[in-house]
Amino acid sequence: MLETENYWKHKINELAKLKKDSNNEDVKRWEKEVLEPWNKKTNNNEEFSTTSDIDVKTSYYDSDNQMNKDRSMPGEFPFTRGPYPNMYRGKKWTMRMFSGFGTPEDTNNRLKYLIKNGQTGLSIAFDMPTLYGYDADNDRSKGEVGKCGCNISSLKDMEVLLKDIPLNQVSTSMTINAPASILTAMYASVALKNNIPLNELRGTVQTDILKEYIAQKEWAYPPKDHMRIVRDMMEYCTKEMPKWNYVSISGYHIREAGSNAAQELAFTLANGFTYLELGQKAGLKTEEFAPRLSFFFNCTMNFFEEIAKFRAARRIWATVLREKYGVEKGPALALRFHTQTSGASLTWQQPMNNIVRTAIEALAGVLGGTQSLHTNSYDEAWALPTEQAVKVALRTQQIIAEETGVIQSADPLGGSYYLEHLTNELEEKAYRYFEKIDSLGGVISAIEKGYLQKEIAETAYRSQLSIEKEKEVIVGVNKYTEEEEDKIEILKVDDEAQKIQVNRLKQLKKDRDNNKVREALESLRNTYESNDKNCMYDTIKAVQAYATLQEIVDVGRDVFGEWKEPQIF
Amino acid sequence: MAQKIRILVAKPGLDAHDRGVLVLCRAFRDAGMEVIYSGLLPTPEQVASIAIDEDVDAIALSLHNGAHLTAFPEVKKFLEKKGASEIAIIGGGIIPEEDKEELENNGITGNFGPGTSMDTIIEHIKKVTKK
Repeated sequence: MLETENYWKHKINELAKLKKDSNNEDVKRWEKEVLEPWNKKTNNNEEFSTTSDIDVKTSYYDSDNQMNKDRSMPGEFPFTRGPYPNMYRGKKWTMRMFSGFGTPEDTNNRLKYLIKNGQTGLSIAFDMPTLYGYDADNDRSKGEVGKCGCNISSLKDMEVLLKDIPLNQVSTSMTINAPASILTAMYASVALKNNIPLNELRGTVQTDILKEYIAQKEWAYPPKDHMRIVRDMMEYCTKEMPKWNYVSISGYHIREAGSNAAQELAFTLANGFTYLELGQKAGLKTEEFAPRLSFFFNCTMNFFEEIAKFRAARRIWATVLREKYGVEKGPALALRFHTQTSGASLTWQQPMNNIVRTAIEALAGVLGGTQSLHTNSYDEAWALPTEQAVKVALRTQQIIAEETGVIQSADPLGGSYYLEHLTNELEEKAYRYFEKIDSLGGVISAIEKGYLQKEIAETAYRSQLSIEKEKEVIVGVNKYTEEEEDKIEILKVDDEAQKIQVNRLKQLKKDRDNNKVREALESLRNTYESNDKNCMYDTIKAVQAYATLQEIVDVGRDVFGEWKEPQIF
Repeated sequence: MAQKIRILVAKPGLDAHDRGVLVLCRAFRDAGMEVIYSGLLPTPEQVASIAIDEDVDAIALSLHNGAHLTAFPEVKKFLEKKGASEIAIIGGGIIPEEDKEELENNGITGNFGPGTSMDTIIEHIKKVTKK
């Protein structure tokens, strides 16, 4: 076993050696005898590169993409071509539309609408106060309740949100991070109330706090304290909720924050290794908990680079788990992921064009072998989507699945000279980032130093500059623009949700046993203060006593303190 | 030589979509302004206080979470309360067309949506700060 730093060096050298050994004679001949004279004649000397600054040549051939490096088939190590041998022949991806707005009643209705239209998995979005752990009646929540997602201030709200949804039949994804342990406790409590055993619950909570510090920036406590809670969730769920994915390691937000494909790939996988080490340090058996680690990637417009990114992610994860972490075999090696098309690629201008963008991105996600998919709606640069817009987005997935035939063969683009080249290049870039992150002392230390945040902000700025200089074209924004904007109908969430939620809280605080709440919160405080006691049991107790979301998070704020981001500008 | 524009960039609310503001911070800096970034999650009152402490000419506010109609006028209100109504407020983010008038009426100008070029925003700031 190599030292960590040497291991990354070793991987980089391996790739460099392959490049050196590859035989470029055929390509060199073609470039000299055919391409160059042609370019001269047509006066063409434009140069291209991908978002990750990988140079793109005019064309590729077997000799320069080192295909001999990885001759695997789908469903076998290192899973470059997919986690399962028959991929979508066995099971199509889960069509999982992320939704949530207003009151729990509003969102409950939307979820039922989606189930009726053929959606196969639920995915719930929460509003800003919920994401930060503030109740609807807090001053900081003013104007924000229900605006960006559903508001949940207590178990009462969760009961309404999940009303008439058969929790033992659906799988539910909840996009919640800082308060993930609390929302998991609420979900479990609703199930128990309906006599559904916890080991039947299927779903995912995002919980990926590392990418919050890096990109999405919705945190409550400092990194080390949040990681302790993640550790407790890992232990608890491994034991009590074995079908529950307690962390979804997310590149999505890292990409939306402005990174390129290589950064998304590298930072996300580096976070993945960090969670793996967390579980191992907690004494969990790797083969028991690691299969529950799943991923969530972005899919944006640079078509081939995106597909290559998914393939590289699977190859790196399997390889590093086996070679560095000693996982010989088993499902943990096969990286599985959810994909969402890119919100940042949608334009405010000429919004109907977004349908096309989303379709192209969704296709790349499918060709990259995603296990589930959310397609954005055309109106999402404006607001949360209307029902009609969501339907078009869902139908986009159904058209890809049912009409195009792309699902018939696993990894249909495997063996494309260009794609294999990009896969290798992205792999190398990721190893270089892993080396850099480790030299800074690991992910948490790199976050505390602001390195990862700054890397992303710099890339975002460079990309904005190239849009302004029209080096990068966005149709309707810096080319083919129109004076008059297309009018579309958009969803408006009024302040009614806030009133309803505030009133419900008022009633709740009157009806509940406030002594029981106090005791439960006191008990949670003691647990938070002792680092080794698992906090999930006390969290569930507090939730079931109808302590509010903020009352619970405030205990943590008190014990752990708050987090101030290092200077990144 | 003209005096440099001092500008505070802030997101006054529970909204961490900071890609846009971090890009703007860099763009304002490269356009020769002195840029102060508030960091994430300040309240409208804190934004007003920082603006006064830092003696800025303008505040660039951004929100993507739908709370602009509440939060932007609050910043203005606190500036007035603290006797600093001369500080210009420029708005941006996900702001529907029909909300712009109300913001303008509250003294918040610009109200730029996604896809606005950095140059347009910089020109506007120069105009309202008269620098």
